[in-house]
Amino acid sequence: MYTFSNRLKIASFILMAVGVLGIGIGFMTAPSTVEDAKAMVASHNDGHGDAHVVAQAHDPSHDVHLLHQLQNKPWAALYVAALFFMMIALGALAFYAIQRAAQAGWSPLLFRVMEGITAYLVPGGIIVFIILVLSVAHLNHLFVWMDPEVVANDALIQAKSGYLNGPFFLIRAAIFLAGWILYREYSRKLSLAQDEANDDKNFKLNFRISAGFLVFYLITESMMSWDWIMSVDPHWFSTLFGWYIFAGMFVTGITVIALVTVYLKSKGYLKDVNDSHIHDLAKFMFGISIFWAYLWFSQFMLIWYANIPEEVTYFVTRISDYRLPFLGMVAINFLFPLLLLMNSDFKRVNWFVVMTGIVILVGHYMNVYVAIMPATVGDQWSIGIPEISSVLFFTGLFIFVVFRSLTKAPLQPKRNPFIEESKHFHY
Amino acid sequence: MASKVIHAFYDDDDVLMHAVKKVKTAKHHIEEIYCPFPVHGLDKAMGLAPTRLAITSFLYGCVGLAIAIAMMNYIMIEDWPQDIGGKPSFSFVENMPAFIPIMFELTVFFAAHLMVITFYLRSKLWPFKEAENPDVRTTDDHFLMEIEIHNNEKELMDLLLDTGAVEINITEK
Repeated sequence: MYTFSNRLKIASFILMAVGVLGIGIGFMTAPSTVEDAKAMVASHNDGHGDAHVVAQAHDPSHDVHLLHQLQNKPWAALYVAALFFMMIALGALAFYAIQRAAQAGWSPLLFRVMEGITAYLVPGGIIVFIILVLSVAHLNHLFVWMDPEVVANDALIQAKSGYLNGPFFLIRAAIFLAGWILYREYSRKLSLAQDEANDDKNFKLNFRISAGFLVFYLITESMMSWDWIMSVDPHWFSTLFGWYIFAGMFVTGITVIALVTVYLKSKGYLKDVNDSHIHDLAKFMFGISIFWAYLWFSQFMLIWYANIPEEVTYFVTRISDYRLPFLGMVAINFLFPLLLLMNSDFKRVNWFVVMTGIVILVGHYMNVYVAIMPATVGDQWSIGIPEISSVLFFTGLFIFVVFRSLTKAPLQPKRNPFIEESKHFHY
Repeated sequence: MASKVIHAFYDDDDVLMHAVKKVKTAKHHIEEIYCPFPVHGLDKAMGLAPTRLAITSFLYGCVGLAIAIAMMNYIMIEDWPQDIGGKPSFSFVENMPAFIPIMFELTVFFAAHLMVITFYLRSKLWPFKEAENPDVRTTDDHFLMEIEIHNNEKELMDLLLDTGAVEINITEK
């Protein structure tokens, strides 16, 4: 049995407390009137000299736009972090379901670690859902298609309102989350029941529901990416967007599995986990990072090459306003794992895997950031108190939920049919 | 220079593995082992150095990437920077997304083919090469261990018989 070390527990509480404080400051300092917003931008400009002086003489509608962008900042920061951590748990859940459906022989030793990580899906998913409900309730302007005034003047959004409307949006979100959480809880229950059973009935049922879940997951994950991420830009669309978001969440999920495994192993739990298990996880991190880069490039290059105005604006705003995060995260998410994890020996070195894993997580946070921010805060982006605090808060919550869940059951499954193979797994 | 070698035959890869370990602990040098299929762990048991083929492949890949970049930079940007369908041919970076498929493919092409050729060169394989097979059964169902004899014929015989060899021959090489 794993015991949640007090130091880690206190650290997670501190992270959450600091995060809540920072998120509060973010909301307090957001401007409430157009004058405040203009003053904020003006004072900001003083520090930079006259780089942004251009934004002065124009019609007042632009000021309202600026106000909305600045008001969105704490919301968007919260939403990006909530989504990022929820997708880590969801990516780990997809990986777990694949391991079960594929009857992998190496991974059963890590099932409890994966189940611990997916425990975050319940609170994390609910938090994302609450943010979506608040958006539909017009407490923020994250999704421009939720604003009736905007829709009234926008034929494009009107044409999409059969899909993009508040109630249907929330019903879909509820179905996605209910399906994922249901699978997670049921599979966990069967996994624990298998330990006490005398036959393999639970294992076989778990195999079947995992295969079924993967079908459900691929459909809902794709729709989730349209709803929760792509719809912040309701004028833009891309067909491989769902796969692209999937690759990002999948690689972060695997990375977190590797990080938690290395941590638990270093603390003396998970005695049977050897270098070959870490090696396999690192191979997945390496391969899926390249898969992510492949999808990123395929999406970018097709749009760049054809240069159709209605599609290309998506990348024009990102390259002009977000050059460093947009191109930087591609370098981080592709070149870094490519060069560091190519060597077979390095993949067995724990600190190497941890270092690369942290870089991958930072890179994929930036990936979600660059997906959400340009449509919500535009050129008013920065990585300041609201963004960092949101990440800290969710990091704390994630650590607390995951490690508390790990204490609930023995870290090694007892009666999994593949457990012996997994214990002697050697690459 | 005529030297004598001993050929010990085995009919099971497990027995062979044990025999290799025994011969190694008795400090005899194994010249060669002929197998009909790859025996997992045999290289480790024999104490062979790990292959460096993957490292050569990485370097060949870098060469391929460099060639792709140099080629397209010269052709598309420096030599004749035409406007083809509005693509920005002012600098390599501006037009890079269009070159990446070729950069990728040439990297893979060089890495794969040059590595295969390196493998053929290092293992001395070519179409009209004469087979170096000491006994035809080693391609079907027998394993053969070859050890050079240095006036220790009797001792080696006993050791190999002890390891479960099904047949032992001594031949001039």
